[in-house]
Amino acid sequence: MPLYEIHVNGETKQVDVDSDTPVLWVLRDNLRLLGTKYGCGIAHCGACTIHLDGDAVRSCAYPISAVGNKKVTTIEGLSKDGNHPVQKAWLEHDVPQCGYCQAGQIMTASSLLAQNSTPSDEEIRRAMNGNICRCATYTRINRAIRTASKDM
Amino acid sequence: MFNKTLSLKSFKSTAIVLSMVAFMIVLMAFKVQHNTTSDYLDLSEIKKKDSVASIAAFEKVYSVLMHPRCMNCHPDGDVPLQGDESRIHNMLPQRGPDGKGILTMKCANCHGAVGVPGDATPPGNPHWHLPPADMKMIFQGRSARELALQLVNPEMNGHKSMEELRLHAEDTLVKSGWNMGGDRELPPLSYQEFTKAWYEWIDTGAYAPSK
Repeated sequence: MPLYEIHVNGETKQVDVDSDTPVLWVLRDNLRLLGTKYGCGIAHCGACTIHLDGDAVRSCAYPISAVGNKKVTTIEGLSKDGNHPVQKAWLEHDVPQCGYCQAGQIMTASSLLAQNSTPSDEEIRRAMNGNICRCATYTRINRAIRTASKDM
Repeated sequence: MFNKTLSLKSFKSTAIVLSMVAFMIVLMAFKVQHNTTSDYLDLSEIKKKDSVASIAAFEKVYSVLMHPRCMNCHPDGDVPLQGDESRIHNMLPQRGPDGKGILTMKCANCHGAVGVPGDATPPGNPHWHLPPADMKMIFQGRSARELALQLVNPEMNGHKSMEELRLHAEDTLVKSGWNMGGDRELPPLSYQEFTKAWYEWIDTGAYAPSK
């Protein structure tokens, strides 16, 4: 198996995996970063969302061979002390119910606000449309993103 | 005296004519010797306009362009289509100004440079995109005539010349229609059959069918 060097949460890691291994399984199985969740495995639910150079990418459908020198950020690396504006707003609005999808929700929301710090409600709905929450916390998610946008 | 003058003139004229003939023979021999094959038109490569052959070829082209593997990314709207039944794409990603999506819903966020194994995983391509917003190049709903006329119009085909249009068949995203993996239905022609029909349609005049 080929050896890959990837940059994850500010650190350089080496992994020895097949070239078509999804980044999700490299993070979870090889690097034991368990915050990123498996949901559907076909990029439809958003639970596995990470950042690749700031873009909200579905790690379940992204092979390790395509990462190259891009910087990988997972929920563990979004902030040092959980004090990213989105994380603080999530606590303020008590967003999660079961919590399974929330890492993906937060990674998508933080990518959105990094690119557009004052999104409209319509832009928030469009940007978050690919992140499914079976507890239907969508209303609180939208409120929290609006709150976080004030701190960005 | 008169005869002598006449014969001298006649001799001079004959000599001039013979010299010219000899010069031309030498010139032709030189040309033949130094001509390369590229100086001659290969009769087999002469592009001959033929509306019947062109329209027949476009019927084949049209069957591929209207297949979900091609049409799904040429929708009559700003959201791509998906699947063999060309349903609206899950999660409603939008075209965006450059055709590559918007914010957290860029095509490349799910369609990586290469895909991962699996029947329903997103197909990969380094250049995944829709046509841009200022030239949507819609296939969905177009008749064969409408689509043929659209394809040859630089104001509607991405500012492509006929030569660029011809080469578009070799675009990696076009090719990926035959390599999306999983249980996705393939276009009705093979890639080789498609390119043959595409080139034939253009080379015989790029005629549009009557309907």
